[in-house]
Amino acid sequence: MAVKVMIPTPLRAYADKQESVEVNAGTAGEALKGLTDKHPDLKKHLYADDGKLRSFVNVYVNDEDIRYAQKDQTPVRDGDTVSIVPSIAGGRSN
Amino acid sequence: MAMKPVTTENIATPTTGSTVAHNSAPVTLTKKEMERYNRHLIMPEVGMEGQLKLKRAKVLCVGTGGLGAPLGLYLAAAGVGTIGLVDFDKVDDSNLQRQILFSTQDVGRPKIEAAADRLRGLNPEIQIDTFDTHLSSENALDILKDYDIVVDGTDNFPTRYLVNDACVLLKKPNVYGSIYRFEGQVTILGFPEGPCYRCLYPEPPPPGLVPSCAEGGVLGVLPGIVGCIQAVETLKLIIGKGESLVGRLLLFDALAMRFRELKLRKNPDCPACGTHPTITKLLDYAEFCGVRGEAAAAPQTSLPEITPRELKARLDRGDDLFILDVREPHEYQICNLGGHLIPVGDLPKRATELDSSREIVAHCRSGKRSAEALEFLQRAGFRKVLNLKGGILAWSDEVDSSVPKY
Repeated sequence: MAVKVMIPTPLRAYADKQESVEVNAGTAGEALKGLTDKHPDLKKHLYADDGKLRSFVNVYVNDEDIRYAQKDQTPVRDGDTVSIVPSIAGGRSN
Repeated sequence: MAMKPVTTENIATPTTGSTVAHNSAPVTLTKKEMERYNRHLIMPEVGMEGQLKLKRAKVLCVGTGGLGAPLGLYLAAAGVGTIGLVDFDKVDDSNLQRQILFSTQDVGRPKIEAAADRLRGLNPEIQIDTFDTHLSSENALDILKDYDIVVDGTDNFPTRYLVNDACVLLKKPNVYGSIYRFEGQVTILGFPEGPCYRCLYPEPPPPGLVPSCAEGGVLGVLPGIVGCIQAVETLKLIIGKGESLVGRLLLFDALAMRFRELKLRKNPDCPACGTHPTITKLLDYAEFCGVRGEAAAAPQTSLPEITPRELKARLDRGDDLFILDVREPHEYQICNLGGHLIPVGDLPKRATELDSSREIVAHCRSGKRSAEALEFLQRAGFRKVLNLKGGILAWSDEVDSSVPKY
């Protein structure tokens, strides 16, 4: 299945400045693996040392948070969008 | 999950008995106010009833910067009866690119003083409360308790988590907005039936892993748009109309000019708002955000450093030092120390350009990215590496004030 993985601005520096990549995947976990295979530098920003997604990074298949679906095993279909949404804190920037 | 439209009953706060009396006191509009709010009054969605709700409402704006500026201006203009402002900062030249509450002549003034003057000038009919302080675990509950709605326009993770936890404890809605470069996020947190910030993000990123606005920059108009969306959501909560952003995260990408929406769910296991909360009082948020950061960034603490003055002395002596600049090309154009430019993200691919037999001094803007770069180089086998302490900012402060700070 061809899915689009959206890369958030803070992580684009580790993905050749691209805003999205197309990967072939059957699950959200495979889509992320496809992404980090293409851009290995992203790995440490997405995963903790124990291999789990970092707790300030959320992953959505279309508009659903995979934590409340089947996590890594959440199925993706052709044309789906996988979004990586990290916490950002900016606002009253100095 | 479709959320019910929020009514003002939802924002009545059981823990603030004293404000309920204030809020339910009979309030009317003067002739002058009726003229001022005419365009609201003739609109059925607001009308006299809505305008009186606005007049009775008390909203606290945490931060009077990029997000707080449009927010404060529109809330004041709309006739929100009491607006609280919390900030500790002074107006700086670099604020004026986006913080439209302030004028050039305000540079150097305390932000809340300049902000209060501006809002009072805009609408003398309303009350402006000012808190010239850092919001902290010690004062947050006391400051927040008298307000119906809290709007979070801060710029750092400790304050985000503090505002969140205080709102959950006090059962106050938290109109949340956050920005980075040209992307924004907006939602409403803190409703008993909706998620809180910890449902989204149980823990903050370790310091340094996600660049701040000060490091990463921000398009000036972006906080304007995000702050305006926060203002709309705040006004809707007060008048009890429309569909609120509770349970929805609105993402805005100014570069693509695209809005997207994601569903947010309440986490039943959330330590703050779940069924068995473990956070029953405010914490030490610097520690909460920093301890994890230190754990993740532990190798950085052992990095050898060089101060700008030491570097200057060694360069003057003619020592053979290789200056590695790990910033981005557009930053190099602003100012540089004549170093070899390899952006930190490109370092793994371009490390072969470096000679490990030479002594390398890496620098960035403030010292964070260069620490990350040196960590990588050390792992790659480079031994003679030094981090310029405080980056080019410190160089400007201590060695050469002609180097612009950005």
